[in-house]
Amino acid sequence: MRFKFTEQQDALRREVKDFLEKEWDEEAQLRAEEAGELASGHSPTLHQKVASKGLVALNWPTEYGGRGWTPIEMAIFAEELGYHKVLDGVYRNTMIIGNSICHFGTDEQKKKYLPDIAAGKTLFSIGYTEPNAGSDLASLETRAAEDGDEYVINGVKVFNTGGHIASYCWLATRTDPDAPKHRGISVFIVDLKSPGITIRPLHNVADGHGQNELVFQDVRVPKENMVGEKNRGWYLMAKALDIERIRTSPSGRHQRVLEMLIEYCKETKRNGIPLIKDPLVRQQIVQLYTEAKAARLISYKVIYQQSKGEIPDVPASMAKLSGSELSQKIAHLGMQLLGPRSIIHGSSKWSAMNGELEHMVRETITYTISAGASEIQRMVIAGRGLGLPRG
Amino acid sequence: MDYGFSEAQELLRASVKEFMVNEAPLAHVREMEENSTGFAPGLWRKLAQLDWIGLDYPEKYAGLDGSFLDVAVVMEEMGRALFPSPYFASAILGGHTVLAAGNDNQKEDLLPKVVRGETILTLALTEPSGSYEASGVETTATAASGGGHVLNGTKLLVPFAHVADRLIVVARSDGQGTAETSISLFLVDPKAAGVTITPLRIISGEKQSEVGLQNVKVAAADLLGTLGGGWPVVGDVLDKAKVAMSAEMVGGSQAALEMTLNYVKNRIQFGGPIGRFQAIQHRLADLATDIESARWLAYEAAWEISEGQPASAAASMAKAFISDVYVRMGRAAVQFHGGYGYMKEFDVQFYFRRAKASEAILGDQYANRELAAQQMGL
Repeated sequence: MRFKFTEQQDALRREVKDFLEKEWDEEAQLRAEEAGELASGHSPTLHQKVASKGLVALNWPTEYGGRGWTPIEMAIFAEELGYHKVLDGVYRNTMIIGNSICHFGTDEQKKKYLPDIAAGKTLFSIGYTEPNAGSDLASLETRAAEDGDEYVINGVKVFNTGGHIASYCWLATRTDPDAPKHRGISVFIVDLKSPGITIRPLHNVADGHGQNELVFQDVRVPKENMVGEKNRGWYLMAKALDIERIRTSPSGRHQRVLEMLIEYCKETKRNGIPLIKDPLVRQQIVQLYTEAKAARLISYKVIYQQSKGEIPDVPASMAKLSGSELSQKIAHLGMQLLGPRSIIHGSSKWSAMNGELEHMVRETITYTISAGASEIQRMVIAGRGLGLPRG
Repeated sequence: MDYGFSEAQELLRASVKEFMVNEAPLAHVREMEENSTGFAPGLWRKLAQLDWIGLDYPEKYAGLDGSFLDVAVVMEEMGRALFPSPYFASAILGGHTVLAAGNDNQKEDLLPKVVRGETILTLALTEPSGSYEASGVETTATAASGGGHVLNGTKLLVPFAHVADRLIVVARSDGQGTAETSISLFLVDPKAAGVTITPLRIISGEKQSEVGLQNVKVAAADLLGTLGGGWPVVGDVLDKAKVAMSAEMVGGSQAALEMTLNYVKNRIQFGGPIGRFQAIQHRLADLATDIESARWLAYEAAWEISEGQPASAAASMAKAFISDVYVRMGRAAVQFHGGYGYMKEFDVQFYFRRAKASEAILGDQYANRELAAQQMGL
């Protein structure tokens, strides 16, 4: 048992830290905000720089231009992204898709997409969720019907991340409506410029337009854009979870925000004494810090198991559940510590802690919903983990 | 990064688990709760023969020279079984105090016997103030005219004092100094004049006592460590004790969870097992997640100790976090067992009561979080 990283891994963390401190400092973030990049959930400027460092193709085999990283290096990188407040939704999706193409793509698909993904020229968005298929994703209804050399796609996707800035959509469709629901799904790479696609923006409570409604009306997609076998799409989607399970980015963020909160409580006096000397404040900060430590430990445990070739589904649910719930707890309790000025937006000189927590509380309200709601994680833990019977 | 135990540690865990299942089922816990000795000397001797008491002691004191992670493994399995034994009092609290502060004579005299299970030590630290800070120690040690000291005071909740061969008394020696620099440690014979040992009836049924000290004479040779140098030793031992206890609580929580899972899978109401209801499933899923979190906090702290790193903050955080989890699990365990949960004829209540006792010992959540805050420089 050993709770430290190798020297190479520590060096990698320093490399990523140095890179982000330089390329994603306050000034860069301000520029990105002014350019509307932050509201769209993705900074193309930063993405270019990340790509030029070879940090998109991290875990791909070296033959496809990857760095051949293991999940541990990926996790270190993700943790630093979180610490440095990089909005990584679109970036993550692109990484997930790139990884899946490495595994399941045809040689033509690999040649066509991988170099551009690695170079940061191509972004992918994911089209899974539908109005009637959220937590029960396998009941998705978007239809892809065979017609000569093409498939014709009709349906609606919601909460699609990044469709407004991506070139392609990684789209889950139903290709066999008569088969059991998990066995009639196929995945396509769809060019988002195809005729028949309407993209309608959705704006979340954190003032971000990262997600969309995508409407497909008789959209024609060449057959060669299908990834993997027909009707086996569900299993291919499950593979993408390998990267989805690398969830150390929230840990980085927790650490950063707790550091800021401690700093604020040291500098701010209330009723004549620094907040940090208030026994209740001390209790809450240590409690949050301890929970953050625990959440980080179990996130890395998932990574460790992955690096051993295991599929840690239940531990991953535990890590997702505790990490996302904790993000909200830190934001909420943090706001309470900050007092009434906590509700003022960061653009005002009267905001507390530059509005960091006012924004965080709105941003993190999504965390316990997306990528498997807390209730779904509990179902996985109770069913698969604890062997409790289905209701 | 390595989240795995060594093969030897896995083997150790399997052996301890098997020992507990075969030799110390909950019926044994029940029996020992009623019994005034509170542990089975025969089992204690077996533990010694298996070399489990001195796992992390140096070879020259008959130990195995293992790591503190080995101790965590053993404590976790003992916690699962709620095993009644002087292990924690003697091998952790008492033995480690001697190991850290004793001179060669004291160590050579006491430690091999501790490791072989022939001598039981314990640490008399807690006082009526209930404080685990140096300022909470009010027992006095007055220099005697012919050398040595005279002790006066009251110690509470001293584990296994009723069967101890030696008590290590934490006392405030006279003279100048701050709360932290005037604490000294004394080896006291429990049969010495002026020592009274009164077992306390505590919520978990574990054997802990009040130790009264009235003009107890201690020879100069029984000062442990330097005069006024006791508190850093106590601090170090408390770190180890908190981590060991955290591992024990993880084992207890896990056992309570498993017992509850078994019950809700088999208890039929409304035409099916009650474990199919999400009201139960989600609460148990949260608890399983909490226990997993607690487990790794404990292991990480144990690893820090085994590496010789400063572990005070980690130890206090683990103790505070895991206390919350154990109590929460203990309450859910009783709740989901319904009427059988709160009846003494049934077993699950053992875990609930133990959780409440463990939470209060070595500093409750509030005290430990404050200690961690100090360690973090807040």
